[in-house]
Amino acid sequence: MTLGPSPHHILTVTVENKPGVLSRVAGLFSRRAFNIVSLAVSPTDDERFSRMTIVVDAESAPLEQVVKQLNKLIPVIKITEVSPAEGVERELMLVIVKAAAETRGQVTELTAIFEAKIVDVGYDAMTIMVVGEPEKLDAFSDLVKPFGIVELQRTGRIALPKLARESTRLRSVKTARA
Amino acid sequence: MKLTGAQALIKSLEMEQVEVMFGLPGGAILPVYDPLIDSSIRHILVRHEQGAGHMASGYAHATGRPGVAMVTSGPAATNIVTPLCDAYMDSIPIVVITGQVAYSVIGTDAFQEADTVGITMPVTKHNWLISDAQDIPRVVREAFHVATTGRPGPVLIDLPKDVANAPMEWYWPEKVDMPGYKPNVKGHPRQIKDAAKLINEARQPVIYAGGGIMLANASNELRALAELTGIPAVTTLMGRGALPDEHPLCLGMPGMHGNFTAVTAMQKADLLITLGARFDDRVTGKVSEFAKDAKVIHVDIDPAELGKVRFADVPIVGDLRTVIEEMIKALKSERSKQDPPDLAPWLATIHDWQERYPLKYRQEEGGPLKPQFVIESLRDNTPDDCILVAGVGQHQMWASQLWKFKLPNTWVNSGGLGTMGYAVPAAVGAKVGRPDRMVWAIDGDGCFQMTAQELVTAASERIPVKIAILNNAYLGMVRQWQELFYEERYSEVYLSPDLPDYVKWAEAMGCVGMRVDTADDVVATIEKANEIDDRPVVIDFRTDWREKVYPMVAAGSSNDDIILGPEFGEGGR
Repeated sequence: MTLGPSPHHILTVTVENKPGVLSRVAGLFSRRAFNIVSLAVSPTDDERFSRMTIVVDAESAPLEQVVKQLNKLIPVIKITEVSPAEGVERELMLVIVKAAAETRGQVTELTAIFEAKIVDVGYDAMTIMVVGEPEKLDAFSDLVKPFGIVELQRTGRIALPKLARESTRLRSVKTARA
Repeated sequence: MKLTGAQALIKSLEMEQVEVMFGLPGGAILPVYDPLIDSSIRHILVRHEQGAGHMASGYAHATGRPGVAMVTSGPAATNIVTPLCDAYMDSIPIVVITGQVAYSVIGTDAFQEADTVGITMPVTKHNWLISDAQDIPRVVREAFHVATTGRPGPVLIDLPKDVANAPMEWYWPEKVDMPGYKPNVKGHPRQIKDAAKLINEARQPVIYAGGGIMLANASNELRALAELTGIPAVTTLMGRGALPDEHPLCLGMPGMHGNFTAVTAMQKADLLITLGARFDDRVTGKVSEFAKDAKVIHVDIDPAELGKVRFADVPIVGDLRTVIEEMIKALKSERSKQDPPDLAPWLATIHDWQERYPLKYRQEEGGPLKPQFVIESLRDNTPDDCILVAGVGQHQMWASQLWKFKLPNTWVNSGGLGTMGYAVPAAVGAKVGRPDRMVWAIDGDGCFQMTAQELVTAASERIPVKIAILNNAYLGMVRQWQELFYEERYSEVYLSPDLPDYVKWAEAMGCVGMRVDTADDVVATIEKANEIDDRPVVIDFRTDWREKVYPMVAAGSSNDDIILGPEFGEGGR
């Protein structure tokens, strides 16, 4: 599974924390024939709201139409578009890799290189947790594949916009000029 | 004040000034039907839940106020899905209340349980499942607010039986607090200015007026805009009556069965001033070939319509009435600076088309009765403010083409969803909303058979609607397509003119039934029907089954390839 190069948009959507909201969002996507690449739902610091991080297949629909239709859903409070270049994206993967005595060393080494973590060890397999950009997860799963992947799960990405690195005053001067 | 949930619901509807509702009781909604007895609200008992939904829609069409329907859970709720979808496609404000099994047993496949909120999610603007009786007034307030503001549409409230029976402390919310719902009413001033500039420069502009004009109550403003600029306007199937047909600037209906002038004026336009219309495929034909040289101004209260089908050079989100008013102001200031181009050559071209390519049919002396003749006779023998209702198919297209609408909200039909069987119940709803008006439905024989039982409702409630069945013994529009596009291979379209016997059927339902076979009898029979004001009337007009709707743009074709029909000679192109 490769998520990296395919054109996608990331929407972080603040929704009311009410029953059925996920179904409304999912229903809208299927009804309007928009494709979801990944979807993550989590609580926010305010218990009235949840945040959905939706990765949309950019080829299936113009982003503008997706955003406008989403905005019409009453429980949708706010939508932020994070273009892959301007966002910080992270994803978590749990993967069970076969690791008999003779290959265990190599798997452990890869784990170290990727700054991943072994979270469970069995007789001939290990569960490894990898956190990072989705491309890093892709790379890790490709590399451990030859050892044998027993099971693999990914959370789907979450994202936030990158923060400004200059003072707000400087930025406002720039926008005024533009 | 302590009330039950059911009492709170009825009281909330009264607070929303509901005068009438259409419905049919059943197990899960029983608690609500009890306090209804003591309410000021008139309840009209339908014979099928679909009827209740379409009646609510007809009521909303004719009055501009939200229509209300109430039915029970399960099969009743699924029966009202069609009217919900119909109202959703045409942006008609209706509020549907469904009973639900007790909250405590939801999910157990209880008797008459259906996931109504889940089923209706894609066909409502919003819906609510109430879990606490205390929420009822707030939800009702929100439901009416959502249905009637922004882009109007259907909403649904699902009320479990135990919630209806539970006690609550009555209150009425002064304000609606919905953080995720804030329709934008006022158009952006800079966009309006840009639009005015484009309008003032256009040489071949056309106003493309849709159903949004009616929903925004903006027909006066539309007329003012047309008259100020001298720009001609087409009125779409949902927008018929937005500008009176006899107005010199009204070009009539565009689209698949639109008249040549309306279709071609759009095709050749250099500017489309799109007001509350949505570039439906039945209007545009092949989108890539549609009005290729036109810039587009698109005004709609729903931002998602802008750019959905056709790129808008100037998109404006806002309430049409406000936006057109502002546009007129901006235009006046624009015109004080610069004279607009002379539109006379453009209007002359248009008038030439109108002369050369009118709607044509021929009623021969002693020949078979033409459906168009029936419609024109009805048109010429009914009051100006008569409300006309139609089902879906050939009869609907002929009615829309040939009627001369003089007022907004006098045309009630199912545009987007194309719901056969819409006419009878919608006519009943329209007549209930406007008892002062004459209400005629033009229906097809196929459509009539789908919902005719609502004439029993009309007869028993003394709602004197009038139904003209154009009985050609076929599913006519399907037959037309099979004739033209499937090499005359007719598959499952014959219905028989005599089975059922429409006159007897009408009489059995408590209506007056009449039958007309020849052109000579048409006017006298219509006059007779117009006299009857104490019960519904059904006239079985035996019309020529060979007649087809022209002009026609074949599905998927360019609007340039409009077919005018046999009256225009070889091929009619």
